[in-house]
Amino acid sequence: MKGFTKTVFVTVLCLVSVTSALAVLPDEILSDPVLETRAREISKELRCVVCQNQAIDDSNAPLARDMRILVRDRLVAGDSDVQVKNYLVARYGNFVLLRPPVKPDTIILWFGPLVFLVIAFVGFGLYLRKTKSHSIAAPQPLSSEEQEQLRDVSGGTS
Amino acid sequence: MRLNAFIPLFILGLVSVGLAVGLTNDPRKLPSAMIDQPLPDFNLPPVRAEENGFKRKDIDGKVALINVFASWCIACRVEHPTLMRLSKENRIALYGVDWKDTRSDGAAWLNAFGDPFIRVGEDQNSKLAIELGVTGAPETFVIDRTGRIRYKQIGPITEDVWTDTIEPLILALENEAAL
Repeated sequence: MKGFTKTVFVTVLCLVSVTSALAVLPDEILSDPVLETRAREISKELRCVVCQNQAIDDSNAPLARDMRILVRDRLVAGDSDVQVKNYLVARYGNFVLLRPPVKPDTIILWFGPLVFLVIAFVGFGLYLRKTKSHSIAAPQPLSSEEQEQLRDVSGGTS
Repeated sequence: MRLNAFIPLFILGLVSVGLAVGLTNDPRKLPSAMIDQPLPDFNLPPVRAEENGFKRKDIDGKVALINVFASWCIACRVEHPTLMRLSKENRIALYGVDWKDTRSDGAAWLNAFGDPFIRVGEDQNSKLAIELGVTGAPETFVIDRTGRIRYKQIGPITEDVWTDTIEPLILALENEAAL
């Protein structure tokens, strides 16, 4: 029984000590914590061009690692955050940015959903107005003939 | 029959056409930002210790192809026979960049399958690859006489790619420079 408790204890310990692994390897990390933080922030906005839907900050692809090192090299060399991003955009195009800039060729990407939302609202509004005029119109008063019929079925009490 | 009944069908048609067009796009074919940009300066060490490596100066004034390959790249084996033939027939000045490879693997690969390149350099840390905007291997850059990148072939150079795209482009570039 003692061995069993030990096993459970070790298993639980293993499970709770698990955290998600960093793609950034120890040898990449800069000694200057300010620069390292900036590098991490920039890396989160840059696309891994091999895997395409991951940021280089959390990609294990070899090219992503080389790009992370390049970002750090340029920061150490004194580049601003914008200069680092522009350096990669000049070579890979806007595609390398996970958040594309608003430009003539990305207008559909940015505002397309808004256009669809407006169309949906307008369509829904028109639909509401149409159904309203059909079904929720004020009831017509009974004609004299109908009143006579009503009197007949209710036994002449009304 | 009310015409309104056909609206969902109409929308379905529109969406289908949109998706059909979308399916013909290859998401791996990315636009290259480096077209018409000057080739950056570089000086790559050799793959095989006894050789010279590959530097920017080697291709000055030539129409040339720079082929990015690696021993781990399977598609590179597909295009390799084509490269060997082009080199044997002296069709184009062909240069190689062994990308993200160890020297011993790169050398073994060249020894096993043949070396079609005038000069080969190795780029283990993607220094040149990132300068060129490389996203995978194989990729091949067509360089004109003034040292500008004029075309990027993503994926292997098959016989079709050579005869339909690259050879006509090279002939045009050679005439362009003769003017």
